[in-house]
Amino acid sequence: MKINVNGIDHQLEAEPDMPLLWAVRDLLQMTGTKFGCGGGHCGACTVLMDGQPIRSCVTPLSEVKNSKITTIEGVSDNGEHPVQKAWIDAKVPQCGYCQSGQIMSAVALLTTNAAPNDDDIDLAMSGNICRCGTYPRIRQAIKNAAEKIREES
Amino acid sequence: MNISNVSRRNFIKTMGFTGGGLVLGTSLLGCSSGSEPDALPELIATQGTPRELDVFVQIGEDNLVYITAHRSEMGQGIRTGLPQIVADELEADWDKVRIIQALGDKKYGSQNTDGSRSVRRFYTRMREAGASARQMLVQAAANAWRVPVAECLAINHQVIHQSSNRALSYGKLAKLASGLAVPDPKTLKLKAKSDFKYIGKPITIVDLPDMVVGKSQYGIDTQIPGMVYASIERCPVIGGSVKKFDSTTAKSLPGVLDIIEIKGKDAPPLFHALPGVAVIASNTWSAINARKKLQIDWELGENQTHDSKKYLEQLKTSVQENGDIIRERGSVNSVWKTNPEQITATYSTSYLSHAPMEPPAATVWFHDEICEVWACVQDPQGTHQTVAQELGLKPENIKVNVTLLGGAFGRKSKPDFVVEAALLAQQLGKPVKVTWTREDDIQFDYYHATSAQYYQAALNEKGGVEAWLQRSAFPSISSTFSPDSKGPADFELGLGFGDVPFDIENLCCEKLPAKSHIRIGWLRSVSNIHHAFGVGSFVDEVAHLTKKNSKQMWLELIGKDRRVDLEKEGYQFKYGNYGESLEKFPIDTSRYKNVIELVTRKAGWDKTLPKGEAWGLSAHRSFLTYVAVATRVKVNNGQLQIKEIHCAADCGTVVNPDRVSAQMEGAMIFGMSLALFGDIQVEAGAVKQSNFHDYQMLRMNQCPDINVHLVESDEVPAGVGEPGVPPVAPSIANAIFAATGKRIRDLPLNKSIKVT
Repeated sequence: MKINVNGIDHQLEAEPDMPLLWAVRDLLQMTGTKFGCGGGHCGACTVLMDGQPIRSCVTPLSEVKNSKITTIEGVSDNGEHPVQKAWIDAKVPQCGYCQSGQIMSAVALLTTNAAPNDDDIDLAMSGNICRCGTYPRIRQAIKNAAEKIREES
Repeated sequence: MNISNVSRRNFIKTMGFTGGGLVLGTSLLGCSSGSEPDALPELIATQGTPRELDVFVQIGEDNLVYITAHRSEMGQGIRTGLPQIVADELEADWDKVRIIQALGDKKYGSQNTDGSRSVRRFYTRMREAGASARQMLVQAAANAWRVPVAECLAINHQVIHQSSNRALSYGKLAKLASGLAVPDPKTLKLKAKSDFKYIGKPITIVDLPDMVVGKSQYGIDTQIPGMVYASIERCPVIGGSVKKFDSTTAKSLPGVLDIIEIKGKDAPPLFHALPGVAVIASNTWSAINARKKLQIDWELGENQTHDSKKYLEQLKTSVQENGDIIRERGSVNSVWKTNPEQITATYSTSYLSHAPMEPPAATVWFHDEICEVWACVQDPQGTHQTVAQELGLKPENIKVNVTLLGGAFGRKSKPDFVVEAALLAQQLGKPVKVTWTREDDIQFDYYHATSAQYYQAALNEKGGVEAWLQRSAFPSISSTFSPDSKGPADFELGLGFGDVPFDIENLCCEKLPAKSHIRIGWLRSVSNIHHAFGVGSFVDEVAHLTKKNSKQMWLELIGKDRRVDLEKEGYQFKYGNYGESLEKFPIDTSRYKNVIELVTRKAGWDKTLPKGEAWGLSAHRSFLTYVAVATRVKVNNGQLQIKEIHCAADCGTVVNPDRVSAQMEGAMIFGMSLALFGDIQVEAGAVKQSNFHDYQMLRMNQCPDINVHLVESDEVPAGVGEPGVPPVAPSIANAIFAATGKRIRDLPLNKSIKVT
């Protein structure tokens, strides 16, 4: 089975019903994408499939096929994506565990919406649970990142 | 304090420090001797022995300062907070500071990262460690230049001699300093507050850059060459066991390597592995998937009759009767007879699960005659001891590496999941990673106790409170450690119940027995959760009856400014005060009142609100910190929405104001989650909830504006991680009452009101 992750093709020996999450974490040993619930409830495992945010814990490899997958490791080379920079400036993370998924959801939001309002942010981010409670800072960081993206474009 | 220069001892290698240079082992005897400072002093004493503390500051010839983080990082920022204290006194350049995570080792003293005590227990010690190293570096420079030490000054990672315009970097001085005697602690000159460069500043956490690119290593991320993956099906009822099982189908599935039974042990639960059957596979998913095909016949044992709903009804009935008095002042009984103007209320709360975003996960590998652990544990030494006991290993043959913790909230100070990995690794002879699924995490936790409380007050003609009675019943954490546990222990009653700060002439606090049927454990702020809900709600009820606002009632009940005298105020139980002396950390009613004043002022508590909206207030002292919370809710067509929260906190000296604010922000959200949704139910002895769809957390769209107000203070630093949580639930329930006239006395609130 072949999958493309962060622009690189990988040949995997895996059952087609294995969720993408475990293929990425255990077989490719890219552990930035996190396991949180296994049921698509918490968003910790969010990656992009052809630019769309998906829950990799409930996405079998058979659905991935020829799509291009982007994980947190592929968002930028050195953390210079405006969302990552905004996360650092707003000092968003506490334990940090859910933040890969939060960042992936935010990146997807800002790709399609350069000026999200609070409702847009609620809609895009409510699938991502943060148990430490960083929501207010995530909201602020998304707004700051959006502004930076608009300034730069 | 006894600091020794240990540059030439062989542990340098194990610390990952290779260059020559100065290594200070500050052996801080007396820091944690006597009773272990903890919310759970009696219990923890059996798990971690108080011992001398070694905090290491290493200065390399590479001009870098290596500071050992001996506490576990779980989001509170401690890998940054304690080092910034050391670096400040050391006059180090923060950019040249590197953090090394300590292994679990008795030489560090307590590493048990719970009880909101890392900063309060180590603030002074970290300052002394930094100042010792600084003074040695200054001495080394004075020797090199042959000038009086008084003419030399440590400033920003170098020592300077102003009159001759000379300077030497710490890196250049490290080797010279390593040959010197350690200064007598009495000669240490600690910085004045005005000279602080890092203490009190919002330093960015050291782990942040890795966190935003997915490079941080949590327990679940451990990878060892040749590692296999385990998922375990456990007996759904505590005290049960595996009768027999058939693994034929599971074993035939792709990726499955082995099936191993884990035997349970007799009660009490301690940190034993639970009985079950483990699937070993070549990846996590194959193990989880094959597990579903196991056919296991369980012996469920006597706890299969446990039903949380019926049990809570029994507790609520029990608190209607007299219990054992733990605190008494005056005589409430004589008032009941003479004053008919009375009010009573019964409150209840449900079992709660910790549900950290990273579920429990541990990797263990037996190699070179050692048992090496990599795990997300709050208590690496407790883990070390538990693994030694459970597997019959010599402690010196165990090594515990602490990863980052993806949230913990108390769950990860119970190392049962490490024992599982160790048992399997021992049997398999290769590295094994055990990963708990979310279902495992929700269904096999050490739960926060379900509880019932009864309150009764008698009012005098002026609308004051003449008598106040409170009773509490809940299964105790002590049941996890002792088969003899009969109900609330003193250390739990001292968490916001027996220590209510009210100056009431006739006051009585009673406890009632409760048996445990599931594993009970400590969860962020522990018994303060239910006690703050009872006390905070009842103050509001009394306020309403006397036609006062809640703020006025709080201030009246707390009474005059004083430091509570336990004897005068009728304490008859062993009050722990979070392991601290009352001289150093008194119950100071003026600080209690101050946070109430502050939060109401900042929130605009007096402003008129649109119909259906209202403020609710509550306050609580826990972990030696004073917190008041004001919450504004809107109830529209019977639907509750939380619009705004203000939190005022007085935690004494603040080391990192940004992280303290972050902890309070997080505590508001943690408190909202448990208040709105927190409901673990047990039926036929087994936990009914299984994942985030039926054990809900607050989400982005439900999160109100959160405003944190920290009291500027020079008092000694107090707890931060936990004390924000307790006042949240009562402040919401009180706001709902103010908005609707509907009093909700049972948590979670969504049993009684729809949550938007």
